[in-house]
Order: sequence, then C-alpha cells, then structure tokens
Amino acid sequence: MPLYLALTCVSALLAVSVYAILDRRNHDVSRNVYRLCIGLCGVLFLAAVMPRGAHVVSTALPLGLPWIGMHFRIDVLTAFFLAVVNLGGAAASAYAIGYGAHEKEPMRVLPFYPAFLAGMNLVVLADDAFTFLVAWEFMSLASWALVLTHHHEEENRRAGFVYLLMASFGGFALLMAFGVLGGVGGAYDFASIRESTKAGWTSGLVLALAIVGMGSKAGLAPLHIWLPLAHPAAPSHVSALMSGVMTKVAVYGFIRVVFDLLGPPAFWWSVEPMTFGAASALIGVLFATIQSDLKKLLAYSTIENIGVIFIALGLALAFKANGMALPAALAFTAALFHVFNHSLFKSLLFFGAGAVLNASGERSIERLGGLIHSMPKTAFLFLGGCVAIAALPPLNGFVSEWLVFQAILLSPSLPQWTVKLLVPAVGVALALSAALGAGCYIRAYGIAFLGRPRSEAARQAHDPDRWSLATMAVLLTLCLIAGLLPGLLIDTISPVAKDFVGGRMPTQAELSWLSIAPVAESRSSYNGLLVFLFILFSACSARWVIHKFGTARSRRAPAWDCGYFETSPTTQYTGSSFAQPIRRTLGVIAFSVRERLDMPVPGDTRAARLSVEIKDRIFDYLYAPLTRAVESCAAGLNILSLLTIQEYLALVFAALVFLLVLVAI
Amino acid sequence: MTLLFNLMAQSVQMLLVLALAPLLIGYVRKLKARLLRRKGPPIIQPWLDLIRLLRKEVVLAENASWLYRAAPYLIFAMIWVSAALVPTFATGLTFSWSADLIAIIALLGSARFFLALAGMDIGTSFGGIGSSREAMFGSLAEPAMMMIVFTVSFVAGTTQLSEIAAYMAGNLELRASVGMALVALLIVAIAENGRIPVDNPATHLELTMVHEAMVLEYSGRYLALIELASALKLLLYLSLIACVFFPVGLASHDAGAEAMMIGLCAYVLKLAIGGGALALFETSTAKMRIFRVPDFLGAGLMLGLLATLLVFVTRSL
Repeated sequence: MPLYLALTCVSALLAVSVYAILDRRNHDVSRNVYRLCIGLCGVLFLAAVMPRGAHVVSTALPLGLPWIGMHFRIDVLTAFFLAVVNLGGAAASAYAIGYGAHEKEPMRVLPFYPAFLAGMNLVVLADDAFTFLVAWEFMSLASWALVLTHHHEEENRRAGFVYLLMASFGGFALLMAFGVLGGVGGAYDFASIRESTKAGWTSGLVLALAIVGMGSKAGLAPLHIWLPLAHPAAPSHVSALMSGVMTKVAVYGFIRVVFDLLGPPAFWWSVEPMTFGAASALIGVLFATIQSDLKKLLAYSTIENIGVIFIALGLALAFKANGMALPAALAFTAALFHVFNHSLFKSLLFFGAGAVLNASGERSIERLGGLIHSMPKTAFLFLGGCVAIAALPPLNGFVSEWLVFQAILLSPSLPQWTVKLLVPAVGVALALSAALGAGCYIRAYGIAFLGRPRSEAARQAHDPDRWSLATMAVLLTLCLIAGLLPGLLIDTISPVAKDFVGGRMPTQAELSWLSIAPVAESRSSYNGLLVFLFILFSACSARWVIHKFGTARSRRAPAWDCGYFETSPTTQYTGSSFAQPIRRTLGVIAFSVRERLDMPVPGDTRAARLSVEIKDRIFDYLYAPLTRAVESCAAGLNILSLLTIQEYLALVFAALVFLLVLVAI
Repeated sequence: MTLLFNLMAQSVQMLLVLALAPLLIGYVRKLKARLLRRKGPPIIQPWLDLIRLLRKEVVLAENASWLYRAAPYLIFAMIWVSAALVPTFATGLTFSWSADLIAIIALLGSARFFLALAGMDIGTSFGGIGSSREAMFGSLAEPAMMMIVFTVSFVAGTTQLSEIAAYMAGNLELRASVGMALVALLIVAIAENGRIPVDNPATHLELTMVHEAMVLEYSGRYLALIELASALKLLLYLSLIACVFFPVGLASHDAGAEAMMIGLCAYVLKLAIGGGALALFETSTAKMRIFRVPDFLGAGLMLGLLATLLVFVTRSL
C-alpha cells in the first residue's frame, strides 16, 4: 500500500512537470506547481512513515527493459531516506511559493523542479540496478537543467558544464559498479545481487567504484569541485534541495551498495570512507572559511558535513566487520542522525541566503552587514541555523557530532592496527573541522548580519514574505526538537541500524529525564532538554536579579571603540580580514595563497593595493593535469578523422580481429 | 530525603562556583601584585567592582541589536551551567549526568560563539579584530581539548566527568599519556582564558588584545555579566584540572556531609595552589606575538594527539 501510494505520487510529480509546460501562460502556474509539490511531498512523507504491514514491501512493474521490468521496494532504510527527501522537498516547495514569484524566467525552473523531486524519490525507491541508474541519471539531468536556470551568466554556464562532466563520470563509475555486482549472469535486481556470492577482488572494486560514483554526487573530496560551482548557481530553493537533499540521496546509494548489496564487510572497507571523509571535512570547512560568497560558503560547508557522515559510516563498517554490533549501531545512527540534521539546517541556511539575495541582490558578504536591523526575522532564523550547523549545544548539530565522537571513543577495542591508528587521526580532523566550522559561521553571520551596512542595498533590505519565513521557522523548530529530544530520533533510526549493521542502541525512551546514553549512562550521557532549561533558567534568573537589585536603565550613545570611532562602514572588519588569521595558520594545507602588496613609493599619491590570490591545490594538481592529458590524447587521436577509406576499413578489420582474439582467450 | 540532600549539594555547588570565581580572580591579582612588590587591591575587589557595575546604567552603542543585549545573559548562563557541571568538592551530583565532558566543552564553544558575534555587532574595528582572533584561537584550542578528552576517556573508559574523577582517584599511578594530557590542558587553559602569554587580562587599548577587544563596547550590567562569566571560566578550567588530574579529597555524592566538608576544604586548597601557580607563571613570562599563538596552541594539539596515540599503543600491548 505505501509503495503504490509512493509510486503514484512520483508519477503525479512527473505529471506536474507536464502541467507546468502546458499551463505556462497562466500567471498562477508557479504558485500552483509549488502547491502541488508540497502536497505530493507531504503524501510521500506519510507513505514513508505510515505502518507498512510487512517489514519490506516490494513490487515489480512491467516498465523499462522488457525482460527485467522495474523493481521497487520500501524497507526501513528507504523509508528513512524517503522521509528526509520529502521533508526537504516539502520545505523547499513551501519556501518557493514566495521565493519563486521573483523568478524572471519561471519556465526554466518549473518543469524541471517536480521532475527533480521525482528523480530523487525514484532513486530511493529503486530495487534493481537498471531502475536505480535510470533514476540516478534522471535526477542528475533534472538538477543540471536547474543549475542552468540563469544561463545568461558565464559563470553559471561553466558550473553547468563542470557539473555535467562530473555527473557523467560518476554515473559511469556506478554503471561499472553495478556491472561488476551483477556479474556475467546479469542478474540486476537487488534481491539476486544480495544473494550472490562475491569474490574478494569484486568487493574491493565495487567499493572503490561506489565511493567514486556516490562520492562524486555527494561532494566527497577530491571529487567535490563541481559542488561549490553548481549548488550556488541554481535558484536558492533548488540550492537547498541539491545541498540538503540530493547529497543525502548519494549517501543513501552508498549505504545501499556497501552495507546491503555487498554483503558482510571486511575491516579494510572502512579505510576509504574514513580517509576521504576526513579529507572532505577539512577541505570543505577551510574553503568555507575563506569564501565571501554566502551561497558558495554554504556549498563548501556541505562538503564538510558529507565528510562527517562518511567518517561515521566508515566507523560503522569497521565495527560491523569485527562483529561489534553496539558500536556499529552507534556509528551508523550517528551518520543517519547527521543526514537528517544536515538536511534541516542546510535547507534553512540556503533559504536565509536566498532571502538575503532577493532583498539586497547581493551574494557577497563583503557588501552586506547590519541585516539584523533591516531583516530582523530572517536574521533570527539564520542565527538558529548557524548555531545548529556549528555543532553547538543545545541544537541538533551537536547531538550528531557528539554521537560520532562517542563512536570514535569506542575504537580502541578494534583489533586491526590500520584502523586503530587511523581513527585518532580521523578524530583530530573531525575535531578541527567542528571547531573551524564554528569560526566559519561566526564570520558568515557576523559579517553579513551584524555590524553596519556596507552598501545601500543592505540598508534597504527587508524580510521576505510569510511563506518563506514560516518555512524557515518550521525548519528551525525541527532543529530545536531534534536537539532537545534526540532520543526520539535515535529510537526511530534504531530499526534501520538493526537491519543494516545488525545491532541497535539501547532504547532511549526508557531512560529517565529524556536523556540519551549511547552505551551506558555510566559511560556517557547527554540531556539537551535539561541543559537548555538550565541555560534558560540561569539567564532569566540572572536578568531578574539584576533588574530587581541592580538597575535596568540604559541609554543610547555613539559607539566608543577606544575613542577612535569612525563613522564610515568601510572601517569595519571585512570577511577576508576576519579569515586572514585562519588562512595564514591553517590555510597552507588546503590552498596556495599568494599575497601581493603594491606599495607606492613615498611621494607617489596613488593608493596602495593588497591583492590575494587563492588557488585550490586539488584543482591545480589533480584536475589541471587530467584536463591537459585528455586534451593531448584528443589532439593525438585527431589524425583518425583524416584517414582514407582503405585505412578505415583496415582499422575496422584489425579491431574486429583483436576483439575476436580477446573473446577466444 | 536523599534526593533533597542531593539537590541541595547541587545547588550548593552552583552557588559556590559563582561566589568563588571573582574571589579567585582577586586572589590571583593580589598575588601578582605582591610578586611585583606592590600592595594590590583586596581579594574581594572583583566582587565590589561587579556590584558597582550592576548598579550603573548601560550605555549602548547606537546601532546595537537585540543580539548584543541578549548575548551577555546567554554567555553567562552557558558558562555558569558548565562550571556547575564540573565536579568541585563532590562527584556524581544530581545533574552531573546531563552533560559529559564533550558537552561541557561544546557549551563553552557556544559561549565563545555568542561572545564573538557580540564583538562584531556594533561594527567597530576593534570588535572585529577581537572576534577574528578569538575564532582562530578557538579553532585550535578546541581540537586540542578534544584530544585531551580522548586521552582521559580512553584511560578511564568514560566521558562522564564524575566517573573519570572517580577512576583517577581509584587508580593513582603515573602515566606518561596522562602527563602529556595535563601539559596540553594547561596550554589550552591559558589560551582559553586569555592569560599571559596568549592575551593579557589587564590590558586595555592595545592592538594585541583579544578578549578585551571583543567586550570593548560593553558597560554596566552587561560588562559585569561578561566579567563574571570569564571569572567562572577560569574557575572551571582550574576545577577541571583539579578533578581529573588531582582528584584527592573529592567526596562521593552519597558520602555524607562530613566527607563533603573535607572535599570543600580540599577544593579551596587546590584552587589556592592553582591560582598561585598561575600568578607565578604570569609574572615570569612576557606576552607573545599574536602569530606565535598558533604555534603554542599547535604544540598543545600535538601533545594531545601524542597522548591519545600513546594510550592506544599501551592499551593493546
């Protein structure tokens, strides 16, 4: 029942796409499309959470390739991700009712938007390799079209090109991964793949291909270069979907292949996700810290969060391989918890950035400032999102990081030295990225929302419409609930962990005072609700005591600033000056910075200039040589297009003989 | 009856840290003055200053926002709560399980987050300098702190502070890893509290100031709250060092009033020794250049990492 309901909704989403094209002359088409999307995402969310009767429901529809058909299935993992995808989808659609009205070319968004949602849902529902890949490519292409919404800008066209390249590369890797999984027999439905026995080299190869394929979509370093270009290029509600939701679909794909289809893991499987995860976390956060484009900053921070998720998944693999069910469940729960959290606060932050962009026309924080006065409601909601994503208690980002740390603290009992020595290093990376993340969001919020406006546009900005504000408020409330009552979510994830890593965390609802304890209360426990109430109580009582026995008087006056107060807003700290200490101390690892100071000689009246050039080492040392190699190969092969007919025939004959010999061997 | 007693012990701890924190600051100042052969203000001077500040009206900058006005209360509340969760004279108090060591550190991180934002709210250049540097220190000090947490919790098998203290009190032996963690914690504590050689708490109007630059615009009751919060933070770090590395005399929560009195005396004694060491250290070194601080903190981070690895290696041998 829920499966058919879900499939009906997906087809309805596709129908909405068609409707958007047919009804394009109508002024209300944008509003109607987004309303329909909210409804359908809502129903899909219900289909995910409603009782399924059986543990797993599956069906095969006679579509697609005639001898295979299309298989669909809902199990606990699918249900969880279905809920995440559609919660994000519904939020983005609700936000877009207001936001989408500002779109200048709505026909470049409306037909693709429901199709994108449908694609993501189909990936999660797919139960055979063919359906999975078709849905995957559908999702990629729909999002590619959305990235090109504002195709008049050169930068966006380039983003679209890079995205298309990386998406096809990733899709190619996945095609090979499923090819190897399906084997020569070609049983491509997941049920047969699950039951087939895999040789040792197969699992290694599939794991590597899955990391490349899923990682390129999720934004795992070093395959992340397209993400900070493509995510910000799309309209903000689509950016939120791509960052908050589509990356999670890639995480789903990784879990499905590695935890489910590949069978029981070996301990060395954990090395790749942990290493790449740690690298992504660090690279993502360092680049986020130096970005001045608000949406790019958020996109880089997505890379960091994906890194955290992959670290947790790697830990889960290591524990599962050694038969340690409880720690594995803890790490796996942490990963899924972070998936849920990140989809909430990243959407919230992108919505906030979209509201700022709409109100001021600015994406660069260097020309913003003082928005807390001109956009007070957005400023409050964005602050909530910043606190959540900076992993600060009592909001939800902290809970998932805390769970990952607790999982790391259980690692000394792992028997293998490789993993044992890798885990502390990963722990440092995680701690560093958490701390840098907080600094990054201090900078983002402090420069864009606090201080004095650096441009007229920032001074005149205003809060967005009620739909946008309400959506952001709902997301923040969800963040707060997940932060204060994490036990609820952990218990919801428990069945998934039971099925996929073979263990479950202790039932949190049974603990007193709604606190959470991953292993035992004597080992570690955290109670977000109580901490929050303590803080609230202390702050309020302090205020009451001071106002009662001290004074409550205050007076406005010009700022003091040690007596040097300068009224020009350009004397404020800028985003790049704020990031300078971090760029100088930690930046050398990730990027090469060249600072050039052009100082006129005394007597010369022209202004001095400091120019800073920041380069991505990964791009310089990995992608640039690759591009050059591809180009020189292409140039070399160019002679093939200038052969005579005899030479072509000879070439075809040689190729045929070669292939026949290959088959014969 | 037990519950009542436990609740009472918890509230005694909350009020105790609040009362002691400014006295600790006064004591360190007095000692420093005596070491410089000055007479120095009385030990209760910080309390007198605070009371005076609380009675004064606040002068707000013209474009101060609500965040600027809410931040002092939030910062104070967060630090007070975390200081009250660190065992001082007794372990296992009623609410000690509501946050473990990682959560306490993260709470301090939240306080730092809001303090840095408050520094940027007015839009002055000094505020920006302070916040930017605080963010840099924080991004190195926090991972170092996490490594220390890793070390002690690998040794003790838990991240609950009360349990760690109980384990350390029960297994008194010298461990190289714990020693390294202690040195790292001292480095972190000096940096986090803005003491010499990282920052000078007595400074004003200096281009190298960090903490003072952020709170430059605050006055009246807001300034009082922030001063109180920073005093509480110093007390918190001293209590943390005392309870993890020198858990002598710590009473258990069910040990009765007598043991708690002994614990209290031991605690005050430990604070006196810690404060004395701090004063001695501060008078004997000079402040370092701002860009040498990352090296200093990096040393703390590396020590912490080394300690963690050492625990890993020795545990499995």
